Amino acid sequence: MSEATERPAGAPDASNASVHEVDARGLLCPLPVIRAQDAAGTLAPGGLLDVFATDPGTLHDIPAWCAVHGHRVVGTWRERGDIRIRIEVCET
Amino acid sequence: MMQKKAVALISGGLDSMLAAKVVMEEGVHVEGLNFYTGFCVEGHTHAIRARHQARPKRNNALWVAQQLGIKLHIIDVSEQYKDIVLRPKHGYGQHLNPCLDCKIFMVNKALAWGFMDANGFDFVITGEVIGQRPKSQRKATMPIIAKESGADDLLLRPLCAKRLAPTKPEREGWVDRARLHGFEGRSRKPQMALAAQLGFTDYAQPAGGCCFLTDAAYAAKLSDLWQARGERDYDLDDIMLLKVGRHVRPARHYKLIVGREAGENRFLEGYRKRFLHLRMVDVEGPLALIDGAPSRGDVRLAARVLARYSQGRDAAQVGVSAHHTNGVTEALQVVPLPASEIPRAWHV
Ligand code: SF4
Repeated sequence: MSEATERPAGAPDASNASVHEVDARGLLCPLPVIRAQDAAGTLAPGGLLDVFATDPGTLHDIPAWCAVHGHRVVGTWRERGDIRIRIEVCET
Repeated sequence: MMQKKAVALISGGLDSMLAAKVVMEEGVHVEGLNFYTGFCVEGHTHAIRARHQARPKRNNALWVAQQLGIKLHIIDVSEQYKDIVLRPKHGYGQHLNPCLDCKIFMVNKALAWGFMDANGFDFVITGEVIGQRPKSQRKATMPIIAKESGADDLLLRPLCAKRLAPTKPEREGWVDRARLHGFEGRSRKPQMALAAQLGFTDYAQPAGGCCFLTDAAYAAKLSDLWQARGERDYDLDDIMLLKVGRHVRPARHYKLIVGREAGENRFLEGYRKRFLHLRMVDVEGPLALIDGAPSRGDVRLAARVLARYSQGRDAAQVGVSAHHTNGVTEALQVVPLPASEIPRAWHV
């Protein structure tokens, strides 16, 4: 499992307009995975997706979901108690 | 021959994992489907309870997909699934588990998903074993599931296929029937032997069923909800809240949901805007949501119940604040209800 770290310098900046955002805060797994999956399905390869969640299970499940679909986890961060996972949609 | 494609129902347990693997060994391209019904045992209590937070539980279906090296699509069917839970044509199992209708529903959904033009699958596989479950997995129910789901002979059960009539994938030679299995009965030994043969050493062994509807305590809470409301209905929040806290019903028209520990209190906080809720004022204590339409007197009684679960349980009087959904906060002074005055019947 990749452990989220406190937001390091150089972590993505929320104002990045080309990143698609999914708000899965307050949802329990597997709903955040389903939300991420549905959003990823609308993006072309190379598209970036930020998933915001509160269930720590997402730190395990979203990377696992990415692994089976061949998407890339760019990074995971903790921001004010929220978990943020950035995914790059890849050709699968 | 073009490589055939099968969509596999993946629950996260051993049987569906083996079924998928057996068909993969036949050179078939397999992808997994997992349905989110709202009652899945995956994760939830784990995610809610504070003491589990440091070590989040894996999602078994995703884990199985990783072991198999296949894609797994998780589909939210919670809305449509209500009809299965509320009106199962074939009735319930031991508790409120509508297993036979549930299987028919899932195979039907898998078929619809797999046969969409964009997906282009050829058949559906499940990990069913004849006689494994007394109600839903019997020899007589196998053809019912195939027929009523609409899958007919495009539904292959690799673990017990040899005991059933040949399906199209077998007849057409997409898979070799001789290499499928003929498991029957409640024993888990054949599955464990096959797991060893296929090189699987780690797998989940669900004890009862794959969902909360097979759980006696959960089913009792769901029945209580229906009884209290005078109708059989629920929404996703209802069924999530049934998984959390202590449910105390002093009267038919309202109940308290009291957090049992920090993680549950945090989870219940997420619902505070939608429910009348009670908090202890000067002493430590849990949060309680009130579901229903209590009178003023009921709110006082509820506050006394909450006080019983707080650090102030032995005090002569304690302060409780009642937060109404219209934003009004009411300050109450109450005598904690002694444990002996909370009838057993109130505990749902
Ligand atoms: S245990 Fe639950 S998920 Fe499994 S078949 Fe029965 S109703 Fe469906």
